[in-house]
Amino acid sequence: MTILLDFEEPIKALETKILELKTLDSGSNMNITSEITKLEAKCQAQLVSIYSNLTPWQKVQIARHPERPQFLDYIKELVTDFTPLSGDRVFGEDPAIIGGLGVFRGIPCMIMGHQKGTDMESRKHHSFGMAKPEGYRKAVRLMDLADRFSLPIITLVDTAGAYPGIEAEERGQAEAIARSIQKCLEVSVPFISVIIGEGGSGGAIALAVANKVFMLENSVYSVISPEGCASILWKSRNNAKEAATALKLSAQDLFDLKIIDAIIKEPLGGAHRSKISTISFVGDEIEKNLRTLMKQNGETLLKTRREKFYQMGSL
Amino acid sequence: MNWITNFVRPKIKAFMGKTDIPENLWHKCPSCEQMLFAKDLEENLHICRHCGHHKRLSGKQRLETLLDKGSVSRFSLPKVPLDPLKFKDSKKYIDRLKDAKQKTGGEDALIIAEGKINELPVIVAIFDFDFMGGSMGPAVGEGFIFAARLAKQRKTPFICVSSSGGARMQEGILSLMQMARTTAAICELKEENIPYIVLLADPTTGGVSASLAMLGDIAISEPRAEICFTGARVIQETIRGTLPEGFQRAEYLLDHGMIDLIVSRHELKNEISKILRILFHK
Ligand SMILES: [Zn+2]
Repeated sequence: MTILLDFEEPIKALETKILELKTLDSGSNMNITSEITKLEAKCQAQLVSIYSNLTPWQKVQIARHPERPQFLDYIKELVTDFTPLSGDRVFGEDPAIIGGLGVFRGIPCMIMGHQKGTDMESRKHHSFGMAKPEGYRKAVRLMDLADRFSLPIITLVDTAGAYPGIEAEERGQAEAIARSIQKCLEVSVPFISVIIGEGGSGGAIALAVANKVFMLENSVYSVISPEGCASILWKSRNNAKEAATALKLSAQDLFDLKIIDAIIKEPLGGAHRSKISTISFVGDEIEKNLRTLMKQNGETLLKTRREKFYQMGSL
Repeated sequence: MNWITNFVRPKIKAFMGKTDIPENLWHKCPSCEQMLFAKDLEENLHICRHCGHHKRLSGKQRLETLLDKGSVSRFSLPKVPLDPLKFKDSKKYIDRLKDAKQKTGGEDALIIAEGKINELPVIVAIFDFDFMGGSMGPAVGEGFIFAARLAKQRKTPFICVSSSGGARMQEGILSLMQMARTTAAICELKEENIPYIVLLADPTTGGVSASLAMLGDIAISEPRAEICFTGARVIQETIRGTLPEGFQRAEYLLDHGMIDLIVSRHELKNEISKILRILFHK
């Protein structure tokens, strides 16, 4: 059973009941079977009503859901011959960003993204997807490699933000992010980014200055976390809900503001309820666009990528 | 409060008539706490005569102290949509903007101008920390791009003086996008070999340090300037430990290889013009 978010409470009783009935009988008792079908329909209707009226703050919670598919889930489903490449050749290896060579639906490419981790141990290993300078410098190295060998770049963004710590500052977190943004704007290959969960500020845009930028329906992308914004402007983290609304961080908001190119639909009840179909929706959107971009020459790709960002938010 | 602001200033006010006494006749050095006469401070480029503390400059003061007298002509910032998110916290963003404009006399947190440094023509983009903490939203980004493109067109060196708390929250994702937009403009300068010099002034943080401020061909700072991505307070809250001495100050960044040099404000013009002359084989 999936971990329920607080606003999903109404589903809880129904799901428990369904599970109970299912363990009681495995299909031979007609009465129970029809009861299960009824309850499932009710559950489904409840999900529809909850998920068609999500507030921005609820979307933040879904975007952070621990069972939401992560970078490595996408690799498993969408990429063959994945060959992770490690290290920035300067200081170290940062598992908060994973990247490497692979074949995506028949297309050789460079694919990278944040990995948050799935249990306590792996979350620690991946620093909860919060990259240090070596993570961004590795990304720069891999983008450069992709550029030299004419490999399209795919990035999957899912981070609360860049790692906030002494060692990250010491090694030049700001410079590392800046160089990563710069490299995104210098490569002459097709470049697609998908915000699959959290797009947290500088740590996210460092990998997301692409020809096409997509967001999953319940992902968020913001200049600052709602909690951070609330603590500065409302003087209390408790106002995160208001901040989430004011910041306009949902996929729909970003689409309306013409920051992203398209929204990728999530199955009913969010990506965490249907990992495999979510991943294949993302794969379809990437493939469709990648095949179009691959028809353009390098110069055009570079020019239109810059132009796309120049156009943003102007009159 | 101290005896001078409490006692002397009111007395002087009473003596002179309250209209023509500037509020900041005396200034207390935040570093050594000595009292400094405002006029002296101004003549000394806002550096404390006692301890060398470099007081943070407003955008206008920076413009006046960096460029040769009489050489400056300013450009107005390109127009951008006003308050695109209709942002409101305890106060409406649109009102905060109005207040900032009134307080600083500026259009937004960036001043762009052309002028000369020791006779050498330059284009400058100067952040004004007094305008909402020098925060970067679309107006600042657009101004920066305009200035960078002008520098490219005229093949004139581009100088940016950063002083900013980072991206402006009230314009949300549009502010975040300025990191990419300004960087694109810097890429264009680099491709044309137009020198891009950044003076990372106190403070340069967040989305501004993680984009345009850290991409200079030459990175200069002033003594003790604060430069970071994540602010010390946030790091402190996260790690709950003690921070190293001098953490995130210009000297710390110099030690860690993040900037080229720290220059006293007295030497800034000479240093920049010297570098430009060498870059241009003059
Ligand atoms: Zn002093």
